[in-house]
Amino acid sequence: MNVITDHLSEFGDGLLMTVELTLLALAGALAAGIVVAAMRVSPVRVLRAAGMAYVETLQNIPLLVWLVIAVFGLPEIGVMAGLFTSAVVVIALYQGAYMAEAIRSGINAVPAGQGEAARALGLTFVQSLRLIVLPQALRTAIQPLGTIAIMTLMNTAMAAAIGVVELTAAANRVNLAEAQPIYIFVTAGLLYMALSAVFGLVTGALERKLAILR
Amino acid sequence: MSSSPTSRLLFDDPGPRARRRIRITTAGTLLVGAALVALALRQFAENGQLAAERWEPFGTWPMWRYLLDGLLSTAKAAVVAIALAMAGGIVLALGRTSPSRWLRWPAAAYVEVVRTIPALLLVYVVLFALPRYGVNMPLFWKLVVPLAVSNAAAFAEIFRAGIRSVERGQLEAGLAVGLTRGRAMRLIVLPQAARRVLPSLVSQSAGLLKDTSLGYVVSYAELLYSGKVLANYNHLLIQTYLIVALIYLVVNATLSKIARTLEARQRTRPSRAVRDAAPGAPVVKTS
Repeated sequence: MNVITDHLSEFGDGLLMTVELTLLALAGALAAGIVVAAMRVSPVRVLRAAGMAYVETLQNIPLLVWLVIAVFGLPEIGVMAGLFTSAVVVIALYQGAYMAEAIRSGINAVPAGQGEAARALGLTFVQSLRLIVLPQALRTAIQPLGTIAIMTLMNTAMAAAIGVVELTAAANRVNLAEAQPIYIFVTAGLLYMALSAVFGLVTGALERKLAILR
Repeated sequence: MSSSPTSRLLFDDPGPRARRRIRITTAGTLLVGAALVALALRQFAENGQLAAERWEPFGTWPMWRYLLDGLLSTAKAAVVAIALAMAGGIVLALGRTSPSRWLRWPAAAYVEVVRTIPALLLVYVVLFALPRYGVNMPLFWKLVVPLAVSNAAAFAEIFRAGIRSVERGQLEAGLAVGLTRGRAMRLIVLPQAARRVLPSLVSQSAGLLKDTSLGYVVSYAELLYSGKVLANYNHLLIQTYLIVALIYLVVNATLSKIARTLEARQRTRPSRAVRDAAPGAPVVKTS
């Protein structure tokens, strides 16, 4: 067990980096998801098509390919960003496509009468979406959004492949120095399990507090 | 594509004013889109990436053959990993639905643990941990094994959902006509379960195909790693990676289209078994 206690700071830094990546990416993904989902249910055909193109493009190309393009490709056309920033933005946009789909199915689950009532009161499309439909849609979609949150946590590990030293990369580095793979990788695995357990608990708590069962 | 019920939720048929607003928004959207494309082109042009000689290599056959070889390796790794992961998934799902707790608990533990460990961590274990214990697999298996291990858990959950969606009476009827539990599962429950979750199986398989891009880490020459090697050789980084992304897009979009078609077909048309079982039930005609 000494390998772990000797390298607590590496594991701590890695864990912190994973948590930061996950939380920032999730915030970005939620924002992107809401915008794209709104585009996909809007009355404007071009916006619907653009939203669909976004989801299809982002979901059908592997995250690692996006990360490689951002880190090695974009500097070629003069777009430079730090590794961490690139990773956050790419993961946020990628998970945003999944969020958009989850939110859209939440919007689909809102009874049609809600939208009709909003229009009958004279609310515009954006108003009825923001004030009436979206709050209900998000509360319906808590479970799938929680699943996407855990998927985001898993996907932050991909950032290790392009050189961000988060938990997976930290474990790998400690192992290269110490060559005690069992303890080190099991510790990393346990930390991931603990993190996703926290996400699961938060989702569960939110669900009990907010969810609308349909 | 016909307008789905979604698009009708938040707006009625537009009147003259709404039509004008829609036209204005359309124009604005197109303008923003054009501006983004122009910005991207300007970035490419200013950095000399639009020059013809930087794109010409991608019109030649050897380059495409190299990348398509990579795609073939991607497909091989994906097919083998999907087969292994599905087999593992079926075993785990049967374990989780078994009446014996000695099967149920280990299967549940496997699924719950593996689902919360990133595939890349498993890849690192296979790359750096196993060789220390004398397990040094060829590159192909170094990519396939961790993918199969991690996706088996996902497939297990899909199959379990399928098994649970099959009415209890099916299994009980099987037992009543004298089948053992194992045979009743294999002959009666599993075929129906697999049929119901087919769309999820296809989309999970498409996800696994995306995961094979971890060959980049393993240095197994699948599509992304081939792209990396090619880019190192021709120094056309952004062009090569964009082409690689395009190939992934075409392949995966086709797979997701298949998954959606299957799903739509299942929604509108019950299986033949269901129709035969309930001849009086209304059947939505398709085709």
